[in-house]
Amino acid sequence: MTLTRREVEDIAHLARLQITEQELPVYAGNLSRILEFVEQLSAAGTEGIEPMAHPLPNQVQPLRDDAVTETDHRDRYQGNAPVVEAGLYLVPKVIE
Amino acid sequence: MNIEWEIVIGLEIHAQLATRSKIFSGSATAYGAPPNVQANLVDLGYPGVLPVLNREAVRMAVRFGLAIGATIARRSIFARKNYFYPDLPKGYQISQYERPIVEDGTVDIVLDDGAHKTIGVTRAHLEEDAGKSLHEGLGAHSGIDLNRAGTPLLEIVSEPDMRSAREAIAYMKKIHTLVRYLEICDGNMQEGSFRCDANVSVRHKGRHEFGTRCEIKNLNSFRFV
Repeated sequence: MTLTRREVEDIAHLARLQITEQELPVYAGNLSRILEFVEQLSAAGTEGIEPMAHPLPNQVQPLRDDAVTETDHRDRYQGNAPVVEAGLYLVPKVIE
Repeated sequence: MNIEWEIVIGLEIHAQLATRSKIFSGSATAYGAPPNVQANLVDLGYPGVLPVLNREAVRMAVRFGLAIGATIARRSIFARKNYFYPDLPKGYQISQYERPIVEDGTVDIVLDDGAHKTIGVTRAHLEEDAGKSLHEGLGAHSGIDLNRAGTPLLEIVSEPDMRSAREAIAYMKKIHTLVRYLEICDGNMQEGSFRCDANVSVRHKGRHEFGTRCEIKNLNSFRFV
């Protein structure tokens, strides 16, 4: 699957990554090749085969004990946020 | 020609499970903390974090399933429910779609006149709660508090077996009593630990097909039902 220049720009915007003019065709090429590589999987016949949730046989979901293990690191975590007020993350108003 | 209509009601109840920590992370679930002090990197949806399922949430779901005579899935699947909203940091909610942990149970309700009715419970599944949005007092902004994000929920879905608001209330009260008796939920509707959505449609009496369904979300008291 070949990605257009425009698609690469859109993806970079969504990921909040800055890509220069020179880098664009390189990324377009690399990403397209990766997608083509993955597309080969569609050629494999998987009719009637149970999806494999884990490579090891008989492996079950590891479960966590019900214990509080996290303490308050709010100030550190909110260091990344663009706008914070009174401990809340502020976003553009989403309702009327 | 006089057409008699009947109302068809199904209820979806979300019960917050009374675990100490969240369903996929070790953050506390206690109500009423200052905003965002109980939201860790897993709850905030940072890249590369690994959700790990809370053993007690599973046990509570199973306990509920056994109490309603349901089938407990030996193998059940979690899925991503993708949608965009500020109180959903990952952009998806981890929930269960195919193969929920609990399926095909029943609950007995008693109506005002003493009559009994059996209401089917189609399924009950585990999922995570989203955060809270505050829209007042912040000008052109909404404020997001992610303390609630990741709290375990048991979503309990009834068959569309109810034919009146009274039956719906009786069912909701029965489930409310049951989850408190089983000590899996505190049933505190004011704090949002027990929430109900109603699915309502109408059809001609005597018909078996269903009419167009309308969903009413977030009924936070028995009275509103």
